[in-house]
Amino acid sequence: MQNVDLLVIGGGLVGAAIAWGLARSGVKPLVLDGSDLDLRASRANFALVWVQGKGLHAPHYALWSYSSAKIWPTMAAALYEDSGIDVGLIQNGGFTFALADEELEAIQADMECIASETAAHAPIFEVLDRCQTRERLTHVGPDVVGSVYSPADGHVNALRLFHALHAAMIGRGASYRANHKVDAIRPVADGFIVTGDGFSIMSRKIVLAAGLENERLAPMVGLSCPLKRSKGQVLVTEKCKPFLPCLSPTIRQTDEGGVMIGDSEETDSSSIATSSDITAVLASRAIRVFPSLANLSVVRSWTGFRVKTADGVPIYDRSPRHPSAFLVACHSGVTLAANHALVVAPQISASQLSEELSSFSARRFHAEQIA
Amino acid sequence: MTARVVSKAEDLLPVYDILIVGAGPAGMAAAIEASKAGARVVVLDENPRPGGQIYREITRNRPGERSYLGSDYWKGKPLADLFAECSGDYAAKATVWSIEHTEDGEGKDHHRVGLTVAGVARMIEAAAVVLATGAQERPMSVPGWTLPGVMTAGAAQIALKSSGVVPSAPVVLAGCGPLLYLLASQLADAGGHNITLLDTSQSLLRWEALRHLPGFLGSPYLVKGLGLLLKTKRHIRVVTRVQSLAILGQNTVEGVRFATRLKTEALQAETVLLHQGVVPAINLATAAGCPLMWNERQRAFQPVTDAEGRTPRRGILIAGDSAGIVGAQAAEMGGRIAALAALSDLGLAKSASLIRDLQGRRQRFFQGRDFLDALYSPARAFLVPSDPETIVCRCEEISAGKLREVITLGPPGPNQLKTFIRCGMGPCQGRLCAATVTEIMAAAKGMNPGEIGTYRLRSPVKPVRLAELAALPHAPRALKAVTGRDPVDHQFKEEGHSL
Amino acid sequence: MLSRLREIEQSVHFTFDGASMRAERGDMLATALLAAGVHQVRHSVVSGAPRAPYCLMGVCFECLVTVDGVQNRQACLIEVEGGMTVLSQNGASSLPPRSGPDEGREVL
Repeated sequence: MQNVDLLVIGGGLVGAAIAWGLARSGVKPLVLDGSDLDLRASRANFALVWVQGKGLHAPHYALWSYSSAKIWPTMAAALYEDSGIDVGLIQNGGFTFALADEELEAIQADMECIASETAAHAPIFEVLDRCQTRERLTHVGPDVVGSVYSPADGHVNALRLFHALHAAMIGRGASYRANHKVDAIRPVADGFIVTGDGFSIMSRKIVLAAGLENERLAPMVGLSCPLKRSKGQVLVTEKCKPFLPCLSPTIRQTDEGGVMIGDSEETDSSSIATSSDITAVLASRAIRVFPSLANLSVVRSWTGFRVKTADGVPIYDRSPRHPSAFLVACHSGVTLAANHALVVAPQISASQLSEELSSFSARRFHAEQIA
Repeated sequence: MTARVVSKAEDLLPVYDILIVGAGPAGMAAAIEASKAGARVVVLDENPRPGGQIYREITRNRPGERSYLGSDYWKGKPLADLFAECSGDYAAKATVWSIEHTEDGEGKDHHRVGLTVAGVARMIEAAAVVLATGAQERPMSVPGWTLPGVMTAGAAQIALKSSGVVPSAPVVLAGCGPLLYLLASQLADAGGHNITLLDTSQSLLRWEALRHLPGFLGSPYLVKGLGLLLKTKRHIRVVTRVQSLAILGQNTVEGVRFATRLKTEALQAETVLLHQGVVPAINLATAAGCPLMWNERQRAFQPVTDAEGRTPRRGILIAGDSAGIVGAQAAEMGGRIAALAALSDLGLAKSASLIRDLQGRRQRFFQGRDFLDALYSPARAFLVPSDPETIVCRCEEISAGKLREVITLGPPGPNQLKTFIRCGMGPCQGRLCAATVTEIMAAAKGMNPGEIGTYRLRSPVKPVRLAELAALPHAPRALKAVTGRDPVDHQFKEEGHSL
Repeated sequence: MLSRLREIEQSVHFTFDGASMRAERGDMLATALLAAGVHQVRHSVVSGAPRAPYCLMGVCFECLVTVDGVQNRQACLIEVEGGMTVLSQNGASSLPPRSGPDEGREVL
């Protein structure tokens, strides 16, 4: 049986960011990953480094997202150094568009609530009415009744980010094995025995970063990871020369030229197939925001299942019963990549989760159950 | 009766019993068979007129003018005539871009099909779908294959059939497979000159093929194949055992350089026509959720089907080359069989004995196929480009070297590769790189291509304009999924923007 | 790149990058362009390399051209029509795309 010091289960954006961070702090983790057609949120995301609107009634999460966005440039630079890949980070702010008065009111109410819950430590924002929005962005259509702008938001090329994290973690000495689905984790005296089809590995420490699979694996090490179903669908158009004047969480132009259009949430579908009903609504709303999109063709569409916890807030945990087992489960793996690599990984390496992180423990769900 | 030609999306019925994608031999035959039983049938096809690629423009061409197309081509004529007389709907210039499972009012399986006709998208439903999307040529990634002046042999044949045009000389045909020789002979018959055929078949495979010789000797391909070979060799220069090939030129083809075991030679060329066999066109089937299997003999992925064409997705059947390469005449039988199977599954006709009879007749065309598949199996050097600069993904311009570099990171399969470096993400959606990516990965990992897998595809399988998609009906469930709120009355105004 | 075996019988006229072209009625646009001596129809989106129709059967997307103001149409799947205005493409298309009068407004 192979013996390793540290095993990361999951090679998506979260697992790879943690593994790279660990490798930077001197540990050389082994990363086990599933197969090519597993559900992989890392291949389906919208590539935002996004803070706006996150953490309603969870101020620690709002601030956690913000802090990650702030150290993203540091991480992007380090990643470039380790991988030679520029992930194309742009943080020029972002707009959330409203196509109905109620939409604008709802967004504004949420933003004000977050501001008050974080004692104004969340990023500043502006609420712009129809005219103000059009003054800033001449391209928007007449159906846009207003928008919310925050300067803290940005985006990257998430495909290159994924590639870069893998190249960087391997460059720093991490090992990676795909097609190694973990069936069981058995805690033993000085670590864990991790088994799957044709392999059995002993590790002193383990990190669960297996996305949707965390729900199945967590109880094996005395943790829990309650998730809920959340399917998203994204359309991408043919490439065109840069023309979109701004970034929004539903429409963005990638640095390669394609326009990505999201963002839907289905809670009642387990099929990976795209839905033409969703496509129709996404397309229609995108054109209402930017009418010049009308003649662009959608060249691909895909769906993904968000790793969404029961309350939408990430889980960072350390097993009380088996303290060498850690768990990371969240969506927004792009936004939080900087925190994962630069903040969480060093803490796991030192076997000490900070006060800040312990508020993300899944114990919050058990407290509710008891209540 | 004659087929009703539909030229607008709005003129299609909202629901059909059987919807057929493709108007080649399999699709036409399926329509003829299904409409005989009185089923409501529609055939959707991308081209302006029926025939598919093999019988391209069969309804317009006259034998007296285009005799060079050969007797096999004219076999499509009676089929196209029957198709024109059948009672179904036929939408030409129609693109099918999605197939989704749904249920009808009574909880029975239905399929929602997204299509575009004349710039307008529409969703219609069918109880059964027969995919007869045919084949495409296996990509042949050689240095310089993206240059203007390089086309597939199939393209040259299509141009010859549809417009009576021939490639500019000097012409180099390169690769392997019967189509290459057939095209050479057609070009020679049409008066083409200065043609060189570079045969890249592996000499070793000839011995492998001999195992299947007895089957071939009794097959309809024998006489045809021998005659073709002899005729071709009389009229044009044939170089066999070509081991490497590069297409030369800056902005357009200027020539080729090739090597056999004995020598290296450079030739001038205006046009280079590449071909190394055909593979099933599987994009629509894959996006519809039909599982694939690896066909080792044909070295290609094909949808899993039973002997009658049923896929494991209930109500989706596949006929003809799109279920595994069988050739035009077997495809025609396959189309009829699939239509009969669909009718029987829907309770519209009893057809077991007819199916058995057709299967018996189809068997004759399977005979000898193994020999051809083995004989013309592409050489490894042309499946896995060795030159690192050779472009594999033409849309995103990803080279073989880049692919191999990223494969060293150990990604689990082609879909992760796609994410890392965008291979297969362009408008062709991997049609021109999927086979090569799988082969390169298999070679690098010492695995069988079947274990490597291929791209997972989702709708739309062909580009669709946002304005067309936006004009489709907006379901309340979808509005909720996108806006996060239950639609209130005024939001229904979002429905059906006019274009 | 392609030459006709027979003279054109029923002419259809269209333009390519402003130049007048002739085709046989029923020709597909890609074939018509090649037969009219057009050697390349676009420069690729990624590197700007010259490209021309490759498969003529709707598979490869190499023959993308702008037809009557709509970019990225597959020339091999479009039948030539009299008066068609066809443009070559240089890399990715620019937005807002050229559209007919009021087309944008109708979408709204």
